[in-house]
Amino acid sequence: MNKRAVFKSWWLPVLFALPQLLLILFFFYWPAISVFNWAFTLEPAFGGAGERLFVGLDNFRDVFADREYWRSVSLSLFFAFTATGLSMLIAFVLAICVDRQLKGSGLFRFFYIWPYAIAAPAVGLAFRFIFAPESGLIAVVNTWSPDLWNPAKYGSHAMILIIICFAWKWIGYNFIFMTAGLQSIPRSLLEASSMDGSGPVRRALDIQIPLLAPTLFFLLVLNLTESFVGPDTFGIVDLTTEGGPNKATDVMVYRIVSEAFRGLNYSGAAAQSLVLIALIMVFTFIQFRFVERRVHYK
Amino acid sequence: MQGFGVKIGLAAGLLVAGFGATPAMAEKVKFEFWYGLSGDLGERVQDACKKFNDSQANFEIVCTSQNGYPETVQNAIAAYRAKKHPAVVQVFDGGTLDLMLSGAFVPAKKLMEDNGYKIDWSNYFPGIANYYATAKGELNSFPFNSSTAMFYYNVDAFTKAGIQNAPETWEDVEAAARKLKAAGYACPFGFSFDSWATVEQFSAIHNQPIATKNNGYDGLDTELTLNKTKLVDQLTFFKKMTDEGLFVVKTKQLGMDVVPAFTSETCQMIQSSIADHGTIGKTIKQGAKWDVTMLPVWKGTARQNSMVGGASLWVLNNRPEAEYKGAAAFLNFIAQPDMVEWWSTVTGYIPVTKTGFEAMKAKGFYDQPAFKGREKAIASLTFTPTSANTRGIRLGGFPQIRKEISDAMEGIFFGKLTVQAGLDQAVERGNVILRRFEKTYAGKALN
Repeated sequence: MNKRAVFKSWWLPVLFALPQLLLILFFFYWPAISVFNWAFTLEPAFGGAGERLFVGLDNFRDVFADREYWRSVSLSLFFAFTATGLSMLIAFVLAICVDRQLKGSGLFRFFYIWPYAIAAPAVGLAFRFIFAPESGLIAVVNTWSPDLWNPAKYGSHAMILIIICFAWKWIGYNFIFMTAGLQSIPRSLLEASSMDGSGPVRRALDIQIPLLAPTLFFLLVLNLTESFVGPDTFGIVDLTTEGGPNKATDVMVYRIVSEAFRGLNYSGAAAQSLVLIALIMVFTFIQFRFVERRVHYK
Repeated sequence: MQGFGVKIGLAAGLLVAGFGATPAMAEKVKFEFWYGLSGDLGERVQDACKKFNDSQANFEIVCTSQNGYPETVQNAIAAYRAKKHPAVVQVFDGGTLDLMLSGAFVPAKKLMEDNGYKIDWSNYFPGIANYYATAKGELNSFPFNSSTAMFYYNVDAFTKAGIQNAPETWEDVEAAARKLKAAGYACPFGFSFDSWATVEQFSAIHNQPIATKNNGYDGLDTELTLNKTKLVDQLTFFKKMTDEGLFVVKTKQLGMDVVPAFTSETCQMIQSSIADHGTIGKTIKQGAKWDVTMLPVWKGTARQNSMVGGASLWVLNNRPEAEYKGAAAFLNFIAQPDMVEWWSTVTGYIPVTKTGFEAMKAKGFYDQPAFKGREKAIASLTFTPTSANTRGIRLGGFPQIRKEISDAMEGIFFGKLTVQAGLDQAVERGNVILRRFEKTYAGKALN
């Protein structure tokens, strides 16, 4: 690992990185600066004839004073952890099964990635029809006992619905990474432990999970961030529950987008976005600081 | 389709140039029109654009659907900020105040005067015009696709249940619902959590305010009052009926909204827009007998006019002068009686002018079986002169307030909220939106 390829001049690497840098500049930094600007003013929708009303921290004060906002934060956290946990757990089980070369695993390896290729709004739409309590495929359970499943009526059911949608979509993605990771684990280790009499669960816990830790950590960060702030979460909520019933699934991303665009409250939404960005930074920091310590890359 | 029009124009131009009899034709002035209607209705807007382009040689309107009312406003705002906005934009009723205070438009009256069109503004139905007019009654935008909420009922089911007449009062609705239930119908009356019919139109026809300051017409410091009006009794009644299984909630999330519930003959009575009249006729089982009537009132209530819904056309400022000539020509074109009639026929929206309506009536339009009943929407809109409570609703952030109202209804009908607590919640959250709007537009007066 001592051989390093180094560019002799500085401009060539910059040139290679330029397309990406420009993308980040235009689609991340520029909007972020606008958001920063709006968060401290009261921005009328069409722009206000030049005079910006600077309000200092008022927008943030409004946000923090709003009970609904804190409810939305806790809903988002709950959603992010549950959806991430569910999708990673199922993906891991599937990956282990495929890795064991069970019957048909080649076929499954091919099909499991498909859901990830479907856009979140399409997933939401499909699941809305499947899980519609009165006319969906699931409606049959309500004939056994009324309201056994009714996400339009019960907040908890609605939350389950969006978690299922998200997990369903992300299982494929997690699965691919985990399968690749598992395949790089030397067979000899697994065989040796089999000969010592360990079962599949013991092997998973003692050999596969520790050796897979870097991959799992990467997926954890990605899944948590995506479920917390990602466009998939917005797309799914928008197409299934619309934040309801009575705000039971009003997660932060959905709340921000609907305030900004449905309510044309750009400044309030901008303030909420900044808080969200800050939360994500804290989130990721904690993960790298404390979780990564237990990950061994070599 | 647009390309075809251009080709004809070009061909004509070449022909003229070829003969050399007249000086080369000036190039057509192009201008853009963004609208929110999509699907079948969106196609009809395209037809209207094509008719305009074919009718004259000086202008070419380019019409683009933004696929949804809120999207149209959002996209127009983004475009306006980037100075690439269309000349004409369709804005739904709920977005009216945002546009009014934006300072980003040319008032309808000024536009037409500047371009030499004489418009008889009193020709617009006052119930429609007032929604889009200044306090002085001068129109800011052009009423375009207008509707109001109506009451649809299944005549076959009524006959089977032994009910003779269309319900006129909520007492009638309750009686009909009981008979329908007894006759074996599982969903006598279906309703959704849409604030427009159940809250806004109910309040209008019962002459109840939604908010102080004449529903916001007299100032941005308005506050919601719908938790203190007859609406409380109305929702209490709805809740009682729902508990008895006579009224049934039908929403998209449950799997079926009210209109499909009616056209599939799941529900026998619904409230919905007159604009759905065409859709219902097309999608309900052929041969099924159904009818439409005005929204019911409580017995002993002096009925007021209902409010207009739908959208109007706004002309945005800071476009080249030539485009305004085109925009004025287009707006004048679609207000002609024959265009009003065509638009109303193909869509189900009501004619917005008195002459348009009279012309349609005289031609026997409303006697045709397919369109029978649509005139009742006009009757409902013009039932009385508008009062302070029925002129319209002028609240900032109104789409969000509507969402708060439907959230509260979810809480009332599905959750554990009482009617009063639910409406209090909507008022409390709605007032926060109003205060923020007031602060954002501080110093701006409603004109």
